Amino acid sequence: MLIRLMTALAAVGLMSGAAFAQAKLTDPQIAHIAYTAGQLDIEAAKQALAKSKNKDVRAFADDMVRDHTAVNKQALALVDKLKVKPEDNATSQSLTKQADAKRADLAKLDGAAFDKAYVDNEVAYHKTVNGALETQLIPSANNGELKSLLQTGLKIFQGHEQHAEMVDGKLK
Amino acid sequence: MMPRRICLAIVTLSGLSSVSAQAADIQITIDKMVYAPAEATAKVGDTIEWVNKDILAHTATAKTNDWDVTIAPNKTVRMVLKKSGEVDYHCKFHPNMNGHVTVGN
Repeated sequence: MLIRLMTALAAVGLMSGAAFAQAKLTDPQIAHIAYTAGQLDIEAAKQALAKSKNKDVRAFADDMVRDHTAVNKQALALVDKLKVKPEDNATSQSLTKQADAKRADLAKLDGAAFDKAYVDNEVAYHKTVNGALETQLIPSANNGELKSLLQTGLKIFQGHEQHAEMVDGKLK
Repeated sequence: MMPRRICLAIVTLSGLSSVSAQAADIQITIDKMVYAPAEATAKVGDTIEWVNKDILAHTATAKTNDWDVTIAPNKTVRMVLKKSGEVDYHCKFHPNMNGHVTVGN
C-alpha cells in the first residue's frame, strides 16, 4: 500500500515537473501540445475500453474518446483556418513518452487493479494538463481564437478532472 | 353539411398540431460549458427546452434524480417538469457545469 502511494506521488511529481519545463511557447507549438494531450487521452481511454469491465470506468473512458475527438476536430479546423502548422516540440514529445510508458505499465494490470491505476492516472494527467493550460499555454497564446479555444478546453478538462475524481472515489 | 366524422378528424388534427407548435415555457442554453440562465423558475407541467450550442454532448441531471436528459451537440431536447421543488442539476460528463431550477405548483 505504501509503495503504491509513493509510486503514484512520484509519477505525479515527474509529470508536473518534466513535461512542461520548456521555455516560451509559440502558437504552432501550443496547438501541437493541446492536440497531442487530447490524442494521448484518447489512446489511454481505448486501452481502458479494451480491458475494463467496470461500468463507471467504461462510461468515463467513452466520454474521454467522445470529448477529446470533438475538441481535436475543432482544433484542427481552427489551425486550418488560421493557416497555423502545428509544430512538434519537446513538451509534446515528453508527454508522449510518459503516456507510452504509463500505457505499458497499465497493460500489465487487470481487473480492479487496472481500473484504479487507470483512473488514478486520469486524475493526475488532467491535473497536470490543466495546470499547464492555466499557467503556460493560455497566457502564452498569441492568437485570440486559439486562446479562446484553449480557455473552453480548460473548462472541459476541468470537468473531466472532476468526473475522474468522482469515479476514483467509487473505486476502492 | 359536413359529415360528422370528417369534422371530428379536422378538430382533432388541429388540436394536435397546436400542441406540438407550442413554445417551451423555459429555454436553457448550453454554450461553452455554461447553462444560461443558471437559475430558472418554472411551474409543474412546464416544458424546458435544452439547447446545446457546444460541440460536446452534455446532460442535465437533477441531483434529486427526478430527471436526466442527454443533449447531443447542436441539438435541442424538451422535457416536462413533473415535480415541484428546488432542483440543483449538473452535467454528468462535466460536473463543473451546474444549474438550478425552482419548480412551483
